[in-house]
Amino acid sequence: MTRLLAAASLVTALLVASPASADARGDARQQVRFGIDVAARGLWREAIYRWERAVELDPTYAEAFNNLGVAYEHEGELDKAKAAYEKATALAPSHPAIKQNFELFREVNDRAATPAPR
Amino acid sequence: MRRLRLLASLALMALAASCGGVTREISIETPIRPKLDVSMFQRVLVAGFLAGGTDEVDGNTETIRLLRSQLRNKSDLRVIDADPLPLLEESGLKPDAAGKAVIKDDKDLESREHLFANADYWKKVGEEYQNPLIVTGTVMFTPHQRSGYVQREEEVYDSFGRRRVVPIRSFQERKGYILKPKFVFIDGRTGATLYSETFREEVLYNANQSTPALSSYFELMERLIPSFLNTLSSQKIKGSRVLLQ
Repeated sequence: MTRLLAAASLVTALLVASPASADARGDARQQVRFGIDVAARGLWREAIYRWERAVELDPTYAEAFNNLGVAYEHEGELDKAKAAYEKATALAPSHPAIKQNFELFREVNDRAATPAPR
Repeated sequence: MRRLRLLASLALMALAASCGGVTREISIETPIRPKLDVSMFQRVLVAGFLAGGTDEVDGNTETIRLLRSQLRNKSDLRVIDADPLPLLEESGLKPDAAGKAVIKDDKDLESREHLFANADYWKKVGEEYQNPLIVTGTVMFTPHQRSGYVQREEEVYDSFGRRRVVPIRSFQERKGYILKPKFVFIDGRTGATLYSETFREEVLYNANQSTPALSSYFELMERLIPSFLNTLSSQKIKGSRVLLQ
């Protein structure tokens, strides 16, 4: 009986949760699309806001983290860019574009790193 | 190099698109903060360099000229026009009879670097030029050769006329130069060293290619000038990235 109840509640939970998480993923994708549009028009702060929303909605969205990395890089926020690229790479380790973006970022970041004085 | 990057980006976009993702290449400009706060200085004196290595290039004169022109165009500091300081003599060395470099290798240079820690000397220089930021250091420019296997790509056509690119490895004698500058930034008010940075760049050509030493010097300096300028002023690094959907 207990097992039956547990199974029923699991099914209910899945039925309730799936549309919600599907909605969240759909919303996250919309935010990402909009972010790309505004970034292409030079509105990088707005793009950052959109992509931050996207990763809140879907924390497994590697592409959104990649875009955040690009945007933070453009804004000179290199620590945040690094964290975003690391997250994107962790989520999609073999994605070629993410790998290339991260590699190019590292070149820039190395140049920006201040060596110890003297 | 840029063309290669562009081709690589296009290939990546095609690859990502074929995986079902939507991509968009976008240009970005990353602002890089200066490594050194020079807001207390209005003027900069490129004082001169202890230069050594090949006699084919006057590393001191060329570096002074290049850095002054770069600083004039790409920094907010006013560049002081002055004769180079006699750093060789100040460091205890004398030019030979022909006035040529007497610094032949890194060891010669290292033994003279105490000059940059001589705060009294630099303070006096600073007083003479109304307390500017002083840029000095060392420049070692030496010929270099290396032999070994080099890989290049060659087009081949099979019996059906299909084109293929195959890697070909061949043994080559190559020669070129190594440039090792060290830039030292000194506070003209106190004579103290604020910051210093050492670079190393090298270039190799086919042994049958005749490249003038001065061309190689500029080729190598061009690679590290952005880093030098970034010590004093903020720079924007242009690049392109891929946005993903």
